[in-house]
Amino acid sequence: MSLLSIRNLSVTFATGRGPFRAVDKVDLDVATGELVAIVGESGSGKSVAMLAVMGLLPWTATVTADRLSFDGKDLLALSPRERRKIIGRDLAMIFQEPMSSLNPCFTVGFQLREAMAAHLDLDKAARQARAIELLELVGIPEPERRLKAFPHQLSGGMSQRVMIAMALACRPKLIIADEPTTALDVTIQAQILDLLLRLQKDSGVGLVLITHDMGVVAETAQRVCVHYAGQQVEMQPTRGLFRDPHHPYTSALLAALPERASGRILPSIPGVVPGLADRPAGCLFSPRCRFATQTCRTIPPPRAGAELGYALCHTPLVEGHPRGLKKLEVPA
Amino acid sequence: MTNAARIPVARPVMEAVDLAQSYNVSRGLMAKPATVKAVAGISFALAPRSTLAVVGESGSGKSTLARMLTMIETPGTGALLIDDVDVAGIDAKTRRRYRGEVQMIFQNPYGSLNPRQTIGNAIEEPLLVNTKLSAAERRERAIDMMQRVGLRPEHHGRYPHMFSGGQRQRIAIARALVLRPKILVLDEPVSALDVSVRAQVLNLLVELQESLGVAYVFVSHDLGVVRHMADEVMVMYLGRAVEHGPRDAIFDDPKHPYTRALMSATPVADPEAKKERIVLEGELPSPFDPPTGCAFNPRCPLAFERCRHEAPPLELKAGRLVACWAVE
Repeated sequence: MSLLSIRNLSVTFATGRGPFRAVDKVDLDVATGELVAIVGESGSGKSVAMLAVMGLLPWTATVTADRLSFDGKDLLALSPRERRKIIGRDLAMIFQEPMSSLNPCFTVGFQLREAMAAHLDLDKAARQARAIELLELVGIPEPERRLKAFPHQLSGGMSQRVMIAMALACRPKLIIADEPTTALDVTIQAQILDLLLRLQKDSGVGLVLITHDMGVVAETAQRVCVHYAGQQVEMQPTRGLFRDPHHPYTSALLAALPERASGRILPSIPGVVPGLADRPAGCLFSPRCRFATQTCRTIPPPRAGAELGYALCHTPLVEGHPRGLKKLEVPA
Repeated sequence: MTNAARIPVARPVMEAVDLAQSYNVSRGLMAKPATVKAVAGISFALAPRSTLAVVGESGSGKSTLARMLTMIETPGTGALLIDDVDVAGIDAKTRRRYRGEVQMIFQNPYGSLNPRQTIGNAIEEPLLVNTKLSAAERRERAIDMMQRVGLRPEHHGRYPHMFSGGQRQRIAIARALVLRPKILVLDEPVSALDVSVRAQVLNLLVELQESLGVAYVFVSHDLGVVRHMADEVMVMYLGRAVEHGPRDAIFDDPKHPYTRALMSATPVADPEAKKERIVLEGELPSPFDPPTGCAFNPRCPLAFERCRHEAPPLELKAGRLVACWAVE
């Protein structure tokens, strides 16, 4: 049974220039002990979708879903008070900017014990003991001294370890990590990713990793969802996605990586992600897609089956060629 | 280290000889100000139309190096030769002439453009300051450069907020190249951009190098991008070069343990790739209190007694310069 189950999640923001749909009919299932990555460029709605799950969106956002259930409970039907009992305890989040996510006015220890005081039935001494245990778990030396430190006294890597410790404090069943290593240097990124993978393996929590880094995805995730302009355009097991991407966007994204390129000139994707004003009528990727046909430009694409990575495309790719069309000689 | 080790280049457009910079940093009311060696002796020679990539993590001194190369800062010691003239030691008036030869692109295209200045004015400003061209000529040069970087002439009167990140980086490139510099210093030019836009900007940089013959000093922490762009790679750690050589030598067979760790730590976008995983322990040491001997020794898996006492010199080994006692 899946721990987190999302069907048709949409998020619409009321803006000065009319409603803007940031997340458009997204599905996601995460099982206990599974690591699912969500990839996409900025504006693809990957963070907003997960903030909607956490219930952390501002009042301008309207969240609708056919199903939004976590651990058997329907999150949309819960009262805010009941929902807050789950958020932070069973469902925890790690944010992107460790330096700005910690409150500069309070010590690390205070912030770490705060979540425990709210959710767990522990006395003061037990909370302190648990805080020390957590810092040891995430590999912070001299935990007792570090608990008294303020966030500005910690490096970026240390702050992110504290954020992970906070997320783990109440033994969650699912952790959502939003770009947990983007602000960090590569050698520190490797340490933090190793730590997350080790914790996930040892404690069997589900982990949703939001990232834009295909390298991080390749090295960590079991399954990948690709988001584009608020839509989920493809979902596949990691190996399959890198071996045979079915959506033209995934394929183009992988081809644009310098480390996968063969020539001096990279096969780039022309244009930019559509904004509020210039959303195309048919497939949202059609203005940038090299396989786009007249159908793509006018009719929104259907979702393909599991064998084609649930690709949101009229002509999903198989081995780099659109299915259903004659094998094209595509200009490089 | 006066005869600093260097890879010889026939007719370099820029040569750095033992560049160093240190800062005095006040550490509170009572404490003595401390000296931080941000860059401690960097040497290289840059050939025309080539790319030198400078790789390192935060605190490695790569941005300080970029600031010295662009003459934003005067080097503490050492010489910076442009066309065989040492611009570090000359008077302000002559230096001004050489400033036009080296231009810079910054990391954040949102912060590096003035929001109240039209992009046409931004691109023309270097011409206004450094040349005696008329307004019409400046406009013509600016529009020519805008077209070269893929902007349309009608963009001339628009403001930065009307452009996306990738387009802003194109504007910054146009502004830097409008004086036709020989050298362009790029400080993490694509790290703020999304993958698909990043490829567009990298392609533009490759094309411009070919058509204008400009040499690049490419500061980056992204090894995938560096491998794609660079002819030569310099890896920095705590203000020093630890390994410096031709790109293929460095990427195919890294010698310095830090370079190897950096490469193994960089995630590869191929789930089926098998690779050696070296996870370094600890973090970059504080520059206030650098370790004795080799700066990398507290985190180095190969460190032995000598490394803790004696800093290794940058020496030519196996076709590249490398500073490590453990490399034969």
